[in-house]
Amino acid sequence: MLFLIRFAQIHESFRLAELKALAELECEDLKIAEHDDKNPFCIVEMSSVEASKRVISRSILAQSIHELWGSGSTLNELHEDIKSILPDRGHLYKDASFKFEVECFQGTRSKKARMEIIHSLAYLPFEGPIKMKDPQEHFTIFEYWPYQSVFLGIENPERLYFARFVGGTSRDIVHKYDLKKRGYISTTSMDSELALVTANIALADSGKLFFDPFVGTGSFPIACSHFGATTWGSDIDGRSLRGDGKDKSLKGNFSQYGMKERIGDVFASDLTNTPLQLRRIWDGIVCDPPYGVREGLRVLGCRDPLLKPWQLELSKKNYKEPDYVPPKKPYSFYAMLDNILAFAASTLVDNGRLSFWMPTANDEDREIAIPEHPRLQVVSVCTQVFHKWSRRLITYRRVSDAEVSPAALQAFAVRQQVTVEGRTADELNPFRNEYFKGFNSEK
Amino acid sequence: MKILSLNFLTCAVKACKTSPNSYPLHPKDAELVQDELGLKPEMIISVLPRIDWEALKSTCSELGFPALPEAAPTKEELENDEKILKDLHHLLLETSISEGKLVCGNCGHEYAIKEGIANFLLPGHLV
Ligand SMILES: C[S@@+](CC[C@H](N)C(=O)[O-])C[C@H]1O[C@@H](n2cnc3c(N)ncnc32)[C@H](O)[C@@H]1O
Repeated sequence: MLFLIRFAQIHESFRLAELKALAELECEDLKIAEHDDKNPFCIVEMSSVEASKRVISRSILAQSIHELWGSGSTLNELHEDIKSILPDRGHLYKDASFKFEVECFQGTRSKKARMEIIHSLAYLPFEGPIKMKDPQEHFTIFEYWPYQSVFLGIENPERLYFARFVGGTSRDIVHKYDLKKRGYISTTSMDSELALVTANIALADSGKLFFDPFVGTGSFPIACSHFGATTWGSDIDGRSLRGDGKDKSLKGNFSQYGMKERIGDVFASDLTNTPLQLRRIWDGIVCDPPYGVREGLRVLGCRDPLLKPWQLELSKKNYKEPDYVPPKKPYSFYAMLDNILAFAASTLVDNGRLSFWMPTANDEDREIAIPEHPRLQVVSVCTQVFHKWSRRLITYRRVSDAEVSPAALQAFAVRQQVTVEGRTADELNPFRNEYFKGFNSEK
Repeated sequence: MKILSLNFLTCAVKACKTSPNSYPLHPKDAELVQDELGLKPEMIISVLPRIDWEALKSTCSELGFPALPEAAPTKEELENDEKILKDLHHLLLETSISEGKLVCGNCGHEYAIKEGIANFLLPGHLV
């Protein structure tokens, strides 16, 4: 069966990744029949109306799903297409109350023109009452017009669809989790819409265990827990977890949303010295790693233990003091990416997902390659483009060990060795150079 | 720090990771709290195979809790026995350490827990 999905006009490159993830969660075999980033009407194939409702119900980027009755490049073509399926479907809605609507994307129609289109559908065998409020069935003529149609005086849409509404989505919850209304946030909290999309793409769900190694104020755990996951998090900055120790804290945010039972634990730790066991615990790992734009990327450790041995002595002497602050040293962004992938490969369950955000330049020469690991298969790469830079959401699937060839593992180990030796600890950080100066102000 | 989390955690010192003595960490001067949280059977069922039962038994005995059965319950037992489900939910998710320390049995390093949040940041000489 064909369905029309009506997407919101935002984050276009995330649409299919979210949709495919939601289909996977429902074990539904979804096929994309017609899709173009520029067109918010997407045509997909699914097994049944019920399945389509279930798949779309969690979507953040879609607004609604409709059973497709026909499509065409002209109104006549549309009518022909509708008439061809009427013998199967028309009678099912004979007595239902209904309404028609015309929705034009990038174009306009006068009220009169809309009425004419609706009247041209008079051949439909609907005998029930027309109800503008809460009808049993809601039919829409969707029109996709070329860009700037009004300005260019274009008179006809490029594509028309006729479809029956079958279900809504979760788009409204974006407001519920709006950062402006959240008790505890920081400058690097992820906006609620993209955090929820991330949770969907990572397949967060009831009964699953999720972890964010750079948890900050908890944007990702909150989004994952909304979809039922139990979530853990850690951060090198213990203060960011604690907040004021009451309402304005990561746990306070969970209480605000009535999800206290879905937070596992949060603790202070550095991903490169994690206390977590390296065994297969997590169904998902989601994070927005530090890029080192503001302060430079740091991990635990003394800067020059050989040159400045007194640092170690100082640490031995003072570490039990209550106000002791462990020393930190600069670290390479690339090395951190490797650490994240290696951690995910050792701790995700089979088919578990790693989804993380990574900035990159807009021009191809400076683009940062997508990090690779033989045990992690790239599922989707979505890009959010800003003026001078972009950020990507990269998602991997932990493949089972049986799917990985020993040769690939061997080759990877050798490559790691070479890159590790070729690096110095304070190797330049790709996001600190001139090019990214506008980086923060733009966000 | 929930009892469940303790089952996932070991010493942050790299050299300790290979030593069997580093896991599980030993609670010291632990103040316990109980939270009443909604039971989600699917959560307990999915978490069960990820629990190191031997480690959980030793954590329980160190904290003076009633002894756990010798072997972990099976999935079927969990699904059919509401009491086992409730008991595990209570132990793993509702019981937590609010103040105290976690001690590595290999290097002896102590990690502080304050207001339920543990600090695993290593001092300079242990990184
Ligand atoms: C981009 S922010 C993520 C913010 C988070 N998503 C939120 O909702 O607040 C990166 C976080 O990583 C933490 N961080 C930096 N270096 C780290 C390290 N080596 N290990 C663990 N966390 C680190 C920072 O303290 C910061 O909170």
